[in-house]
Amino acid sequence: MAELNLSPRIIPDRLQSRGNRALKSWESLLLVVAIAIFAINSFASPYFLDPWNLSDATFNFTEKALIAFAMALVIISGEIDLSVASIIALSSTAMGLAVTMGADTPMLVVVGLGTGLLCGAVNGLLITGLGLPSIVVTIGTMSLFRGLSFIILGDQAYTGYPASFAYFGQGYVWWVFSFEFALFVLFAIIYSVLLHKTNFGRAVYAIGNNQTAALFSGVRVGRVKFILFLLTGLMAGIASICLTSRLGSTRPSIALGVELEVVTMVVLGGVSILGGSGTIPGVVLAAFIMGMVTFGFGLLNVPGIVMSIFIGVLLISVIALPILWSRARRRRAH
Amino acid sequence: MAKLLKNREILLVIAIAALLVAITLRFPGFVAPANLARVYNDTSILIILALGQMAVILTRCIDLSMAANLALCGMVAAMINAAFPGIPIPLIILVVVALGALLGSINGLLVWKLEIPPIVVTLGTLTIFRGTIFLLSKGAWINAHQMSDAFKALPRTSLIGFPVLSWLSVLAIAAVYILMTRTPVGRAFFAVGGNPHAAVYTGIDVGRTRFFAYCLSGGLAGLAGYLWVSRYAVAYVDIAAGFELDIIAACVIGGISIAGGIGSVGGAVLGSLFLGVIKNALPVINISPFAQLAISGTVIIIAVAVNARTEKRKGRVILKKAEAV
Repeated sequence: MAELNLSPRIIPDRLQSRGNRALKSWESLLLVVAIAIFAINSFASPYFLDPWNLSDATFNFTEKALIAFAMALVIISGEIDLSVASIIALSSTAMGLAVTMGADTPMLVVVGLGTGLLCGAVNGLLITGLGLPSIVVTIGTMSLFRGLSFIILGDQAYTGYPASFAYFGQGYVWWVFSFEFALFVLFAIIYSVLLHKTNFGRAVYAIGNNQTAALFSGVRVGRVKFILFLLTGLMAGIASICLTSRLGSTRPSIALGVELEVVTMVVLGGVSILGGSGTIPGVVLAAFIMGMVTFGFGLLNVPGIVMSIFIGVLLISVIALPILWSRARRRRAH
Repeated sequence: MAKLLKNREILLVIAIAALLVAITLRFPGFVAPANLARVYNDTSILIILALGQMAVILTRCIDLSMAANLALCGMVAAMINAAFPGIPIPLIILVVVALGALLGSINGLLVWKLEIPPIVVTLGTLTIFRGTIFLLSKGAWINAHQMSDAFKALPRTSLIGFPVLSWLSVLAIAAVYILMTRTPVGRAFFAVGGNPHAAVYTGIDVGRTRFFAYCLSGGLAGLAGYLWVSRYAVAYVDIAAGFELDIIAACVIGGISIAGGIGSVGGAVLGSLFLGVIKNALPVINISPFAQLAISGTVIIIAVAVNARTEKRKGRVILKKAEAV
């Protein structure tokens, strides 16, 4: 979906100072919003500031954020993956199937990660191998992967996961810090380094800004994209292990609609949906904001579907507001 | 002959015929005229929606909010009917078509005036529309006994041998066909999708054209909303959940290019019928209905792969000699 941009690009006479730029960045705005939401929540509910409560709140975003890190890279490269929620479902179904065959916990982890990687590879092959648009391919695999779960499970559910499997979604590493939260921190660091400090990360930005130019500069566009879809599949597999372990059961409708929340998280984190720009710290802040907002609403007894209205409005307004703002500024400049 | 085989519509007709033959081998009763009419009737709502989605996709946009729009309009239709059973049905239809177009225009305005990518806009409005249904209905269902008989009877009423539902879809096909091929707006849809820059230079307002496409898809979703609720005689938050994928699948199968500018009314109709035949055939040839989702997923992927090939063939190398050097 190529965008039409006929307005002239304004190039400033001199560059902003580093401090000035950091102050005006999207990430600092997110930080302010996060602090504000934190403050509002602590006023609105006396239970919010309890350390165990806050620890519970992290479960609202850790699984989605794990996928959002990989999704951020995919979106920066100018593609999208709408099949992540279905990969969670298929991976979870595969693990359930493995349990009925008598698999132990390490085997379940292998099955979960393997299914995720396999799904990612299918997406990657269709998109880079056949050169198909990622949005349609992943809408297709979104139906296919969840469809396979429905074929395997029908209206049944898998339960009976081994007791040691519960650690991934319910265990704590130290005091109130859950295993999921530790994973979240670990992958936030890994993806920050990968995107901001490696050649691979530069290649991702290059592809997102100008795929043809990247190709002529020697970036292996196809291979980078394939790896990105593989990573997204892997992260969905990890999220599936956490979610399945936390719920202790698998239904084919597991994680329905999560792709929307993941994309919202990424876009809220300042990643341009058109590709080419965005940061992992932004996504981390967006994850905190979404997690705390949903948790705060939960404490105030707001039903889940009303929260989804809020997320929809948030998604549109975080994109619309900067556009309106820059437009107003340009008008003032003239 | 080779030229005929390249034609998308003819390929689809052959595919549907082959599908019908395969089904007939297992279950001969399927191709009886009465049953085929029933299959068409069952696919009518999908056809109406695919026509709207086609207009949007032609302009290089996408509308993921159609099913949510349908559900919201259906709920409003049911609530009006439950509260005021005396209001004539055509008036209700008019109201929900207008409401659907209004909801579509929200998408259109965001895409036109703020230039937000269509996929983000409609992902957002999808959840907002669904949430709004919950706020309106407070999560309650509107059941058959709360709806008036006239409200439920209209799509079923027989008119010259076929139900009104089928006739309405025929009417929608005819109207959209005329719009696409005989009016400046229809031309503009193709022009905007084919080459937005060229469209601007020929004096077409790209944003406004997209806005019209969203109003059309919204209006048709509104109509489908009434039809859905009256046909199944129930309205609740989750009706037609996930149906937006079927609509896009029908368009992709029908050869409408997701990159915009390529597509036809015939393609959208045949793509919908292809899915409709599969959906209706699964139970009679003893395949679990749970398989349907996986089958539509596979069909989408195959169709988009085929589309990509035929579109590639259309490209022309203008400086062939220069490139060969």
